[in-house]
Formats: sequence, structure tokens, C-alpha cells
Amino acid sequence: MRKTPRAALALGAGAFVTALVLSGCTPGGGNDGGQTEPITDEQREEALNTPTELTFWTWVPDIENEVKLFEEQYPAIDVKVENVGQGLPHYQKLRSAIEAGEGAPDVAQIEYQYIPSFVLPESLLDLTPYGGDDLSGDFVDWAWNQVSPDEEVWAVPQDVGPMGNLYREDLLAAAGITEPPATWDDYATAAKAVKDATGSYISNVGATQAGQMIGFFWQRGVKPFGYDGQETVRIAVNSDEAKEVATYWTDLIQQDLISTDVDFNDQWYQGLANGKYAGWLTAAWGPIFLQGTAETTSGLWRAAPLPQWDAGEEVSGNWGGSSDAVLASSENPIAAYELAKFINTDQASAMMLATEQFLFPPQVSVLEDPTFADQESEFYGGQQVNKLFAEISTTVDTDFQWLPFMDYVYSSYEETMGTVIADKGDIAAALDTWQDQLVKYAEDQGFTVE
Amino acid sequence: MSSSSALTVERPTATAPPRRHGSTTKRKQNVAAYLFILPFMVVFIAMLIVPLAYAGYLSLFESKLIGGEVFTGLGNYVRALTDPNFLGSLGRAVLFFIIQVPIMLALSLFFALALDSRRARGSKAIRLLIFMPYAVPAVVATLMWGYLYGPDFGPIAQVSRAIGLGTPEFLTPETILYSMMNIVTWEFIGYNMIIMYAALRSIPSELYEAAEIDGAGQFRVAWSVKIPSIRPAILLTVIFSVIGTFQLFSEPSLLNAIAGNAITNDILPNYYAYNVAFINQEINYAAALAFLLGIVIAVVSYIVQLSAERRERRERNWT
Repeated sequence: MRKTPRAALALGAGAFVTALVLSGCTPGGGNDGGQTEPITDEQREEALNTPTELTFWTWVPDIENEVKLFEEQYPAIDVKVENVGQGLPHYQKLRSAIEAGEGAPDVAQIEYQYIPSFVLPESLLDLTPYGGDDLSGDFVDWAWNQVSPDEEVWAVPQDVGPMGNLYREDLLAAAGITEPPATWDDYATAAKAVKDATGSYISNVGATQAGQMIGFFWQRGVKPFGYDGQETVRIAVNSDEAKEVATYWTDLIQQDLISTDVDFNDQWYQGLANGKYAGWLTAAWGPIFLQGTAETTSGLWRAAPLPQWDAGEEVSGNWGGSSDAVLASSENPIAAYELAKFINTDQASAMMLATEQFLFPPQVSVLEDPTFADQESEFYGGQQVNKLFAEISTTVDTDFQWLPFMDYVYSSYEETMGTVIADKGDIAAALDTWQDQLVKYAEDQGFTVE
Repeated sequence: MSSSSALTVERPTATAPPRRHGSTTKRKQNVAAYLFILPFMVVFIAMLIVPLAYAGYLSLFESKLIGGEVFTGLGNYVRALTDPNFLGSLGRAVLFFIIQVPIMLALSLFFALALDSRRARGSKAIRLLIFMPYAVPAVVATLMWGYLYGPDFGPIAQVSRAIGLGTPEFLTPETILYSMMNIVTWEFIGYNMIIMYAALRSIPSELYEAAEIDGAGQFRVAWSVKIPSIRPAILLTVIFSVIGTFQLFSEPSLLNAIAGNAITNDILPNYYAYNVAFINQEINYAAALAFLLGIVIAVVSYIVQLSAERRERRERNWT
């Protein structure tokens, strides 16, 4: 080996150190213990009058308008809104930032089903000492339970997705159906009539869309998941009720009365616009989404509650929706909490979210506000769609929990259920496979599975 | 992670001259030389060596959602070698390589020879046309092909139905791998063609004259003169293809949006490592997978090179 001159060694060492600094390899720190004493009014005053910069990660379009209202009220606070991606990429970046110990925002949008996966590593701030409890009456019960299943309050609800049935009145009428199907039995009958008369599928069940299927489970009263906030999870995606739901869909799919196209891509949008699907079993964010997707069919659609398992019942499930949480690592927790609270409870801001960004509101005050509820939608033939979904949102079972690893749950759904649904196989049997995968993963990750 | 060492086709034969002591200019020159390569070294260490070492370090631990990090040594590697998902993804990558690469390179070679023969009219325009797909980012290409493949509104399906052939299925679990092969072939024919074409242009014309005097036709010249002359370039394209195949990522990850039921998490090794890291949240295991993948790529590249060299030697011994 050749001897290296000393200068070169020094240069090399220098290069290495520079490189280390450049690649930012420093071990991340944890966060300090949270607040336990309630915050006093003086502390709040002081925090809101101290010049502060907050970072807010969210993918809600134009949320800058709501943030502006907040900044007008608290001029000392400057909020930086950053959109780092929608859904999965957002969570990945959030986890990486938390892991790295720097670069995480003060406030972040988090969908309900992902709250536990951030509670588990203690990444979220318990909002109780900051006054989080006082908000419980402002929101519909089930949404509040999503952000506060136990004592702690992990986030402030922002929007929700109670499920209903959007359908093409003209296509159903062509099959002689004048009323939206009231029960799932009626729905199955209608599916056949519509297919025979028009060639359209009464609805599509996205082969890989776990959110929709879990919504159906939710309506049926299935409790597929449970989490005690510590190390114990409950997994029962293959319960008898779940299998009942699965068998119902298997039957319709095998008769070719329900299509199973992968949803939320161009082909599926076209299917909604050109009558391939005569309906869409979707959430309260669906009506607006559909208007943008199937403009040409304006006036032909109507909204109705989901068909029921038992005639005369009024039960629904939920699909989607988000909350705003404060990160435990935030150095300005009081101001951060006030931002999350303001965005979702200030009347002007909440109203704006509902009427400009069309997020479906969990705030009781907005749901009851005539300017929101009485809105008549041309796309739905002048129907008061908001009012309908506001009524539905009170029929969502309040007690529904998630697992602290929903990314895996959804991806496993795609692998186990998605392939079977697309192949018109036995969905109930696939539930067993899904169950086994989830249990194995949970055990591998060190959870106790009940 | 690509192994650039596999790309050195020639071995350096020159040995370093013996260094004399006491020559200050020499030392100054040395320092200057080191200073010149310093910026490169800094970036190289920071962006490749340090992350690599860090990933290597990570791969020796196991982190669980409950219980945190524990040192497992080579546990992750043992797990990977018995992981049916990982082995399956490798198997599919090998299948991909065996089917797709020969077709792609044969087409590239054909086009390169056709352009080089100067028989084709408008060869400049054709060259550009064939090369153009490579200029299209993989993301755009995949989205575009995703539309073309669509069973309801895709033009291929519509034409096929119009002439009474029914709807071809491009996006089912059985066919998706072949559909991806087609996309990748479309993307890289032009790129490989350019490499071969450049090599063809550098063949001295005396060889052609000699061949002509011997009465060789166009095809004979292509087979006996051109192809042997550009063998190193062809080898280079094969090695690039090895690396590229094992690193495929954009195609499965984008097709997942339109064919989520067909694109399994473990369809190809790089995509699997990504899913393990970000969906299963097993960063440490993913680091081990990535390392193993790098080793696989290095080994396969080396085998390709070795077999080519052997062949060269054999042929030299025959002549």
C-alpha cells in the first residue's frame, strides 16, 4: 500500500467530516414529557401575544384562507402552511421528521384511522391540559370519539365522511325503480333490474378500496379493530357479521351485478360519467367529488341513505375524514393547539371549510346552520344533499376503533382481499387470510393480540 | 445502490512510478491534485458512502412498534433469505430479465444496424423518434401506457373489440409483468440503440473495405464485422439492463393506482423493499433487503462480464 502524504490525510479527514455534516447523520432526540397541569389564561395570553412561527402540514386546498382568519385574530402568530403530499406520502414524511427529531411541523392533518399509529410512539400532544376537553360538545359524538377514545384528546376533528348512496335517478327509473333501495335486499333486487334494463352496474366496489369495505362493516356493527393505547390490539376482521357483509357482495359480484374496478383512476372517473355505474356508495365528501368528475350528468343524480340491513333502521358507517393534531415535539404547544382549535371551531373558519373547500363538517353548529344545510344542489336535481348527510352523520355508530398500523392493514387488504374481489372469488374466505396476516404482523411487531 | 465497479471493462495495467522523496514540486502537485478531487470526494462520501454505511448499520438492528430497537446482527439477512416474498420478487426480476432484456437489446441492435447501414431514408428523424421514449420520464410513460392498457377506454381494447377480438387483459395478476416488460422495452430501446450506434460509428472503414473485397454482403458484414466490433458496447448495455431490471420501481408503483389488485407489494424486489420500509415500517429489514439487492446486482453483473470475457478468450484461442 502506498503511503499517503499527511496533507492528503488531513484533507481526507476534513472531507469526511464535511460529508458527515452534509448528510445530516446525527442521532435524533426524543421529546420531553407533555404538559399535565392545565394551562392558565395568563399563559395562553402570553403565548398568543409572543411573536411565534408555526408550521402546519395539511393537504386541504386553499386552507391559507382559514389560516388568514387565525392570523388576523392573533397578529403575533405567523403560520407557515406546507403541503407535503396527500395521505401516505404525508405520513411517511411526518414519521421521518419525528424519527429524525427535527423538521416536524407544529400542527399536522391526520386522518382518524391514523391517529393511533401516531399515539403509539407518543408523537402527539395530549390536548386535555390545553382545553381540548371543552370542545367535546362542538362535534358530533362519533367524530369526537375518534379523536378522544379515552381520557386524552389527541386532535381536533376537521371533516368526516358518513356514508350514503348516490345514484342515477334516470337509470334506476329505466329499470322501473322510483325509490332508492331501502334495504340491502332491495338493493340486490334493484341491481339485477338495473343491469337487465340498462346494462349498468348499480355500483362499483373498488377491489382495493379498504376504506369503503370497512365503512360497510361499520354500518353492520362490525368491530374489526381495537386498540387500548398501549400494547394490546384486537383484530376481528373475519367475524360472523363481517362475513355476512362479505358474502352479500360476493354474491352480487359473482352474478356480475356489481363491478370491481380499482377506483380513483381515469377509467373509473369515466365509468361514473358515462353510466357504466348507476350509483356510488360513498361518503359525504362524495357528492362534491362526483360533481367535478361527472359534470356532464348534472341533474341526473340523487342522494339517499345507505340501504339498511334491517328495514326501518337508520344506521350508517364512515369512510374518511381528518383531524388536526399537535405534535408532541412542538415548541409552541399553546399556540399550536389554538391554531388547530381555531381552524375547526371558529364559526367563520368552520363555515368556510364546509362551503368553500366542501369538507363535510363534524361541527354541530355548521350542520345545523341553514346556510349550509338548506343549500340546494343543482347536480342532484335541487336536492338538499347537505341536509341529508347531516342527518346521516348522526346515525354513525360512535364506537369504532382502529389499529396503530393502518398502513399495513390497508396494504394487506389489497394483497389478500383485493385479488379475490377482482377475481370474483369468495370474499368471506379472503377475510380469514386477511385476519391471519394482520394477526401475524401484530405479533411480529410485539403486540398482544386479543 | 448500483455497483459502478462492474462497469470497469479494462483493467489498469500501468503501475505507479516509484516516488522520489524530497521533491517539493511533486508534493505540491500532489496536494493540488488532492484539492482538485476534494469537492468530488466530499459529495461522494456524503451522498453515497455515509448513507451506505448508515444503511448497513441500520440493517444490523431490528425495530418493532412495541419494544424498540434491538441488535440482531445478521438476523435480517437470514430472514430475507428465507422470506418467500423477497425470493419471489427476485424470481420475477430474473424472469423479467431473461425475457425482456434479450428482446429489447435485439431490437436496439437491429435499429442501430439499420441506421448504420445508411439504407434507411430520413435516418436522423428515425433515430430521434426511436430515442424519444427515453426522453419521456418513466412516470409519464407509465401513466401513458396505463391509459393505453385500460380495459374500458384504452385504445388497444377499443380497437380489439371493434374487430371482434374481445377485450385483451393487460392489467391482471397474470399479465401485469409482461405489460411492464413492454413498457420498459419501449422506454429503453432508443437508449441502448444510441450506445450501439455510437460504437458502430467508430469502426474503422478499412474493415468494411476489406470485407467488401472479400465479397461480403450487407448482412455478412453486419454479422461478421459490425457485431463483433461493438461487443464491448453490447456488454455495457447488458450490464446496464441488469442494474435497471433489479431496480425497477416507478413502473409497479404507478401501475398500482390502476391495477392495485395485480401489483402485489412484492412484485419486484426494489418495490418490495420500499413497501417494507414505508408500509410495514420495518426500516431495518428494508435496509438489509436493499443491501442484499445490491449484492445480487453486483454478482449478476459480474457473472455477465465474466462469461463475456471467457467467450472472448475462447474465441481468441480458436483463431
